[in-house]
Amino acid sequence: MRQRMKPSVTFFAVGLVIFVVIQVLLSVGLLNNYWRGIIFWGAAISMVALGLNLIYGFNGQFSLGQYGFYAIGAYTSADITYRWVRGDPSALVVVLVGALLTLAFYALLAVFLRRFYGVTVMARFTLYVLVTVLAFAIAVTVGVPLLGPLFSTVLGALPAVVSQQIVFLFALLGGASLAGIASFLFGIPVLELGSDYFGIATLGFTIIIKVLLDNTDTLLPFPEMKGARGMIGIPQWTTWPWVFGSLLLVILVMRNVLHSSVGRAIVSVREDERAAELVGIDVATTKVLAFVLGSVFAGLAGGIRAHDLAFLHPQSFNFIQSFNPLIIVVFGGLSSMTGTVVTGFFWIFLLEGVLRLYLPQGFETWRMVVYPLVLLIMMLLRPEGLFGRYEIPFLRRVLPPLPVKAEPAAESAQEVSA
Amino acid sequence: MAQTFTRPTQLKGMTQRRNGMLLNRFSQGVFVLLGLLVVYVLGRAFSQNPKVFVEQVLNGLQLGFIYALIALGYTMVYGIVKLINFAHGDVFMFGAFTSFYAVATLQLHRWPAWLFPDMAEGAVMLIGTVTVILMSMLFSATLAVVIERFAYKPLRSKPRIAALITAIGVSFFVEYFGALPFAFTNNYITYPRPFEVRVYSGGMISPTLIVGAWLLFVIFLLVLGWLTWAARHGNVQAQTWKRHPLLQFGLLFFGFMAVVLTLTGVRIMTGGRVWDLSVSNVMLVIMGASILLQVLLQYVVSHTRIGKAMRAAAYDKAVARLMGINVDGVITATFALGGGLAGAAGVLYATAFKQVHHLMGIIPGLKAFVAAVVGGIGSIPGAFVGSLIMGQTEVLAAGFISTPMRDAVAFSLLIVVLLVWPQGLFGEPPAEKV
Amino acid sequence: MRSRIFVMLALVVSMLALSACGGGGGTIKIAILAPLSGDVATFGQSTRDGVLLAIEEWNAKGGIDGKKIEYVVEDSQCNAEAAVSAANKVIDQDGVKFIIGEVCSSASIPVSEIATAKQVFQISPTSTNPAVTVGESGTKPTIFRACFIDPFQGKVGAKFALEKLGAKTAAVFLDQGNDYVRGLAEVFISEFEAGGGKVVVKETYTGDDSDFSAILTKVKDANPDVLYLPDYYSTVNLIAAQAKEKGITAVMLGGDGWDSADLDRTAVDGGYFTNHFSDQDTRPIVQDFVKKYSAKYGAAPDALAALAYDAANILFQGIDKAGKADPVAVAKTLETGTFEVVSGNVSYDANHNPVKAAVVLQVKGGAVNYIDTVAP
Repeated sequence: MRQRMKPSVTFFAVGLVIFVVIQVLLSVGLLNNYWRGIIFWGAAISMVALGLNLIYGFNGQFSLGQYGFYAIGAYTSADITYRWVRGDPSALVVVLVGALLTLAFYALLAVFLRRFYGVTVMARFTLYVLVTVLAFAIAVTVGVPLLGPLFSTVLGALPAVVSQQIVFLFALLGGASLAGIASFLFGIPVLELGSDYFGIATLGFTIIIKVLLDNTDTLLPFPEMKGARGMIGIPQWTTWPWVFGSLLLVILVMRNVLHSSVGRAIVSVREDERAAELVGIDVATTKVLAFVLGSVFAGLAGGIRAHDLAFLHPQSFNFIQSFNPLIIVVFGGLSSMTGTVVTGFFWIFLLEGVLRLYLPQGFETWRMVVYPLVLLIMMLLRPEGLFGRYEIPFLRRVLPPLPVKAEPAAESAQEVSA
Repeated sequence: MAQTFTRPTQLKGMTQRRNGMLLNRFSQGVFVLLGLLVVYVLGRAFSQNPKVFVEQVLNGLQLGFIYALIALGYTMVYGIVKLINFAHGDVFMFGAFTSFYAVATLQLHRWPAWLFPDMAEGAVMLIGTVTVILMSMLFSATLAVVIERFAYKPLRSKPRIAALITAIGVSFFVEYFGALPFAFTNNYITYPRPFEVRVYSGGMISPTLIVGAWLLFVIFLLVLGWLTWAARHGNVQAQTWKRHPLLQFGLLFFGFMAVVLTLTGVRIMTGGRVWDLSVSNVMLVIMGASILLQVLLQYVVSHTRIGKAMRAAAYDKAVARLMGINVDGVITATFALGGGLAGAAGVLYATAFKQVHHLMGIIPGLKAFVAAVVGGIGSIPGAFVGSLIMGQTEVLAAGFISTPMRDAVAFSLLIVVLLVWPQGLFGEPPAEKV
Repeated sequence: MRSRIFVMLALVVSMLALSACGGGGGTIKIAILAPLSGDVATFGQSTRDGVLLAIEEWNAKGGIDGKKIEYVVEDSQCNAEAAVSAANKVIDQDGVKFIIGEVCSSASIPVSEIATAKQVFQISPTSTNPAVTVGESGTKPTIFRACFIDPFQGKVGAKFALEKLGAKTAAVFLDQGNDYVRGLAEVFISEFEAGGGKVVVKETYTGDDSDFSAILTKVKDANPDVLYLPDYYSTVNLIAAQAKEKGITAVMLGGDGWDSADLDRTAVDGGYFTNHFSDQDTRPIVQDFVKKYSAKYGAAPDALAALAYDAANILFQGIDKAGKADPVAVAKTLETGTFEVVSGNVSYDANHNPVKAAVVLQVKGGAVNYIDTVAP
């Protein structure tokens, strides 16, 4: 064995090279819009899938709700920027103030609830919902008239380029935090269910969100989202640095969480809930934490994707699509971040790149026939996913020891020493 | 309600914890209020126009029986292999298309008339339809077994999720392969029904039929009562007879039949207007078929050798294998049975809605699956009851709450049921393995 | 493990290397974007078939100005994300300057944004949403459509119901998730009520539904004169069959979505629908189209095929008149010219919507009969 570079150095160096190379290729036009779209899409779907990997791969909660949170993030951030570019800071203020107030209220409520024992899950859920409604009511009634003009003048005083980037940042954060709040509220009661039942309930969540999006202009008070007509007029602000930065952020946050004691708690809940509880891990909280974090990633990805497409339609968040992140995660290897990221890109390359470019004329309809065949064959040949449990050294370094399961240990040992 | 009690702990420097009962009562109050609101909305709808309300309930019943047919297959497969068989909806589609070709191209539903030209029209229709259904069941069962053999079996010793992904893959493959021009094509095809639809209402149903249905129902009820009485007084034979499929079928079928026929056949008047409620023969066939299949399945699972083997395999595969049960064979049989049920459901669904399409299996499959979960997945009566509930929820939500929110209401019901009964209405808590 | 990553990288690089190819010299390359998979695949297929027929005809005539027409077909799945990817692919990868498509507005809108940015010509055969041709900053210079936009057909339907059928009350069903259906229904409602009629039932459903008993029960109870079903034949077949079995006697009324050989004519018997053309029209172009289409594909053309054929013909005539295959020049020609196609003499208004007459057809005894022509 030869002496190797520190994994973190390698990781950041390779990351920087990828960033610069793609940025240069984009600037000189060697990568045209088509490839740009595929790369951005791949990054967004990778973020969604990473979130799912945290929820399912690392925490063992089988979720089909990622696309619901993806949709929440996309529509929220799109609404913020949509209104902003039309001189209306209300959405920005409501989401930011609402999210901050909600967080504060949650903290207070958590402290308050500590003083009681025997509070049922449903009671917690009710209280948290009420508090959230209160927070957003305050944000709408008090926050907008109070802070709206302030935001407009302060951000308006900055040069347009700067203020645009700041608003975009806020929009992404807003989308991610609303996705987080929704997943928190949904997760409190539903995570109590067993894993398959949780999966089905999250599938229901995705479908409910799709129905709501279809009716944003009739049942919900958001005429600018235009319901099933599709939301037009979203500024196209997503650029490669934003995409790369978000993906990197998601990877780093996820890595650091997983490598902390919280991460070990998350993994231990997957391995054996009862044993985890016995060693003093708060199983319910851990599950909610993983779920919220995973959903925040999806919400962030939604914001990125919305400002790349510049058009949103509820059909993109159909429940059939919600299988996509699951397919990617399993395809790449459960609880392998490397696998998820690589497969996320690979999946888009396959579906939108290879199958579009290489299927002969007249065989366009075969695209969706070949894709499931590839899926089937891959799953049958490598049921543990393309990457199994492999991680690149930077992500692997201080991971908790691999569980001794029925999996043959030899392969992973080989990989570690390779 | 799932309650997680944290033991009251006394830590130094911490205020003593108080009982959270008040908070729980508060939240229960909120939920009761919401429930009352729904009851109020439905009650008001009923009092405003009882005729429409009753008609909606009948609509819900029809939808529920259709879901029941599909849900039975889901629940069986899940009960044994713990796999959400996403391809079930596509097997259902395959069954519908098989019968489409049988009816439209081969005219198979007329075969008795070829052999015996002077056979009564009714008999031809009955025998022909049954043949078409049986043929579709056979083809669908074959497809289900093929799928199991190639896509699920190789993964049996692997993590469950791998099989789930192949299930999704198979589902996509069957759907999109079916869309190809030389397969089922991607068109919405009008389905030629194997039998003519008749709609009965008001004076069209002879009172003898209604009285007859009630009479048979009462007879079955009396028999059940007598058997219960006998069983309580030590008659072991009566205990077995009580569970006889014929008795169960009679009770359910004639019970539903009597109610439906009474509602549609008796001329009810309110405010000087006659209720012209109607029922079609398709609805009666679907009702009969789903009750029959449910009872038969129940019988197979609880009384036959293969059924016992299935239950053993569902409980613990390793031990079942040790007991000399051919677990692989049992699983194949389960898929065959589930596939057959899906095929029958496909024929009846296509007959009811008069259309076949290569993606027709997705939504009914999903809804039926949800119905099975509501009823308690793995439980056959659960699938049946869950489907009826699902049907009512959808129709009543569409009718009286909000049409665009129909699916949202249905799925909210799913989530609420799961929160209150985590294993579904009839589900058994998972066996504790320590 | 590392070798696998290298294989993947090699794959990626090889794909990137292919990104430098462009269009040919002596030909005109067009792209057809249509949903070829999913639940509206059958509409996409009709669209593609219609365009392919037009291409075949023009190429048989020797092409446009001696230049043969080449085409690429992409499956855009009626989905914004796939449509963007497909549009980028045909523009950047294949060097296409003219796009015919998409079918659904939800996919046409993002495509039109890309096409506008790249100055590529796009004509959508069937997308009715106004936002396809008109953006935030006015009419998109190179984007056109071949179909009516919602207001015209809805207005014709409402007028016909009020004046010719003498209807006083109407029930309207619409698919909340379908742009086309919603637009037609909304215009019908406002026009019908403006004309003195009363919409007694307005119900929504989703495209996934196949059981309409709940909403039909409401219709039966309200007993309206007409039932407006502005959806595609696939859904209309379902609703109409169930309505007949429920004993609903209201006259059914619909839009061009009904125009298909697969319309269940017994279920909608006695119903009327608005359309772009009637196959009983004696103009040679119509008869020719119906004959050729039936001979080539073995089925009568539906509205989607006809509109796609029209869209292609408008585009080719436009290129022919402009004298060069330049999107901006072609767009200018379209703005000023009149084009004779299957659905009549088409000219364009300031919003790039076609100005053409609608016909009203009746389904009676298994045949579709011409009733009336309504000029804009």
